[in-house]
Amino acid sequence: MRFSIYRYDPESGAAPCMRDYELAFEPQGKKVLDALIAIKEQVDESLAFRRSCREGVCGSDGLNINGVNRLACTADLANLKEPIEIRPLPRLAVIRDLIVDMSQFFRHYRAVKPFLVNLDPEPESERLQSPRERAELDGLYECILCGCCTTACPSFWWNPERFLGPTALLQAYRFIADSRDQTTNERLDFLEDPYRLFRCHGIMNCVEVCPKGLNPMAAIGKIKSLLVKRVL
Amino acid sequence: MIAKRTFDAVIIGGGGAGLRAALQMAKADLKVAVLSKVFPTRSHTVSAQGGITAALGNVSEDDWRWHMYDTVKGSDYLGDQDAIEFMCRNAPSAVYELEHMGLPFSRLDNGKIYQRPFGGQSQNFGGEQAVRTCAAADRTGHALLHTLYQRNIAARTQFFEEFFALDLVRDAEGYVLGIVALEIETGLPCLFESRVTLLATGGAGRIFRHSTNAHINSGDGLGMALRAGLPLEDMEFWQFHPTGIPEIGSLITEGVRGEGGYLLNKDGERFMPRYAPKALDLASRDVVSRAIAQEMLAGRGCGPHGDFVYLKIDHIGADKIKTRLPGIRELAMQFAGVDPCVAPIPVTPTAHYMMGGIPTNLHGQVVVPERYGPEEAAPGLYAVGECACVSVHGANRLGGNSLLDLVVFGRAAGNHAIEYLRENPIPRLLPADSADVALSRLARWDRSQGGERVAPLRAEMQRILQAHCGVYRREDLLRTGIEKLGQVEARLTEAAIEDRSRVFNTARLEALELENLLLVAHATLVSALARTESRGAHSREDYPQRDDDRWLRHTLYLREDDQLDYKPVRLKPLTMATLQPKERTY
Repeated sequence: MRFSIYRYDPESGAAPCMRDYELAFEPQGKKVLDALIAIKEQVDESLAFRRSCREGVCGSDGLNINGVNRLACTADLANLKEPIEIRPLPRLAVIRDLIVDMSQFFRHYRAVKPFLVNLDPEPESERLQSPRERAELDGLYECILCGCCTTACPSFWWNPERFLGPTALLQAYRFIADSRDQTTNERLDFLEDPYRLFRCHGIMNCVEVCPKGLNPMAAIGKIKSLLVKRVL
Repeated sequence: MIAKRTFDAVIIGGGGAGLRAALQMAKADLKVAVLSKVFPTRSHTVSAQGGITAALGNVSEDDWRWHMYDTVKGSDYLGDQDAIEFMCRNAPSAVYELEHMGLPFSRLDNGKIYQRPFGGQSQNFGGEQAVRTCAAADRTGHALLHTLYQRNIAARTQFFEEFFALDLVRDAEGYVLGIVALEIETGLPCLFESRVTLLATGGAGRIFRHSTNAHINSGDGLGMALRAGLPLEDMEFWQFHPTGIPEIGSLITEGVRGEGGYLLNKDGERFMPRYAPKALDLASRDVVSRAIAQEMLAGRGCGPHGDFVYLKIDHIGADKIKTRLPGIRELAMQFAGVDPCVAPIPVTPTAHYMMGGIPTNLHGQVVVPERYGPEEAAPGLYAVGECACVSVHGANRLGGNSLLDLVVFGRAAGNHAIEYLRENPIPRLLPADSADVALSRLARWDRSQGGERVAPLRAEMQRILQAHCGVYRREDLLRTGIEKLGQVEARLTEAAIEDRSRVFNTARLEALELENLLLVAHATLVSALARTESRGAHSREDYPQRDDDRWLRHTLYLREDDQLDYKPVRLKPLTMATLQPKERTY
């Protein structure tokens, strides 16, 4: 199989480049991560990339593969056109090879206060939540923070410091939607901002690329309609 | 000179155990640092699926004493009954606390936390199947890890993400004074000075070729403990989960059987009734894994090589599968090419969980044997979670007890450490040679040249452990395993890395991780060879019976000369009557 992989080592003094690799590899049933590991083990141990669970739940290995942001560990090799082009997630600073600096991404995540706020005294057992209320969290809480959606979003590319991006907005809505949270108003106050939320122009790249099949744009739409309702 | 940072407490590992302990200490306004070699939500807790066990009684009548009975029995009586009582008694409050923190548990119609049946659970001390495992669909670990990370954001815990811990700093009197770590991005070593050091580095399932574990599970804390002269307990006990996806290794939760799934051999026979007439497919994991292995040995395995069986779940209906087991459906489709709504999932016993680890008491303090008396705490050092051995899991862990272990003992260790810090306000003097061991490990790899690569050595170790220390063990197999592993160990001292960059040098990291893995693999084989009985997950073909007269005791392995020592099982619970060892049937 043929691969073309983005390489960059800041210590080498050389500019970033795409390097070609050939690997005798049976693609059937194998993922892009399997190929990256094989290249690292058999061809070039200096190839650097992140990986952990290798089953699509930890979010370590979001990469740009043949032009699409996705997880290396769930991307089937058999469905990809060769040479398979593998680059780091777009728009973030590259630390080395396929490893990007995610600190901006996580700053946005932390900015939405991604934790439940409920100031009532804690009951002795669980707080009750009906299955219907709990169902409101489906499609939100499963986010793995891989960064595929945010780094695929043109609005984030233009305003990475000020637009929160689909990941953080999805998480903002995860707590707004939680029947146990008491700070919907404060959360909406924070989001009511020309940049943080309203730079979303419904381009829908986030929905296209989410490896968990989540829909950040729908969540953003719900936040917007809550803001409208609040004014009325 | 290397950079030094000072904290009250340093926690190594950002999984469930480390984050729960960190939260406890951060809430007490202590200066806490959490070091993790990956961003915390990449920790392996994220892969836990089925749930967390606590006798809430939301579905069936329940009692923490019944949970305790099941856990002691599940451990094949090797679990320490004081620790097990502590865990089961505190389970409901620990789970309610997680709910209050925001964990999105699935719900019953009455709004309470959803619970499902899991293996080895009973009502009334061995009666009917209990329904005890609390779940967020089949993504409970993900929900738990993210919730704890979020609470730590709220508590302003300080994180050092992508820092790799190298070695403990210990003074001549045995006090642990911090650690030396490597900042992965810059490649620079640094010293973390702290009065409390808590290891929460997780398991080491990557010693095996077929494992449910993440790539990162390399037993780093265990390697650090052994290099610091501390023992490891019960390292012969490794759980093989009955249902991993063949070759890939990904876990298929016991919750599939909890929701009504069952196993089939190549003749389409539901075979578990022959092995566990009462509990059937929800017998303890060691029992089910051996049953599958027996079926395969008898030529009733499926596929061209007869090396797996089928797990059937389609009969519960697509709707139920999609709401209760959505993650499993995704995994099965992605990695086994099967939609469980219409076809059975191929599964096979797969290395999953390390029951052994760094010995601790129920406050999470690391305890070491003393020559002239009972064991003593290593001052300043704690361990929690899979890297620790309390021991609540004994010879075989029950499903749903792992996440519970993390939060109950994470909280307990945090509380104890707060007291310890209050009583020990003055930092002790750092020895001048604090960083020497760690720095020489780094230097050895930086100087290496022209030797063998690391990756083939890791693969060789994994093949050896798989072949010589699997579901069934035998003296000759274990002995040759130790010999073969010795060759790998010798080759590692000559191995080399060619990547010379300091920035995010993952080749160097993998070499350092392999050093830890090899120590764990070695401890496993030596401990397994010595235990001439079968108990829980340790099945010796040559010693098929449990032998309580000789072996109702914990193994302690020390690196120096491969010494083995033993300590008694703590049979006396805190308040309950002792559960006397008896024959274990399901």
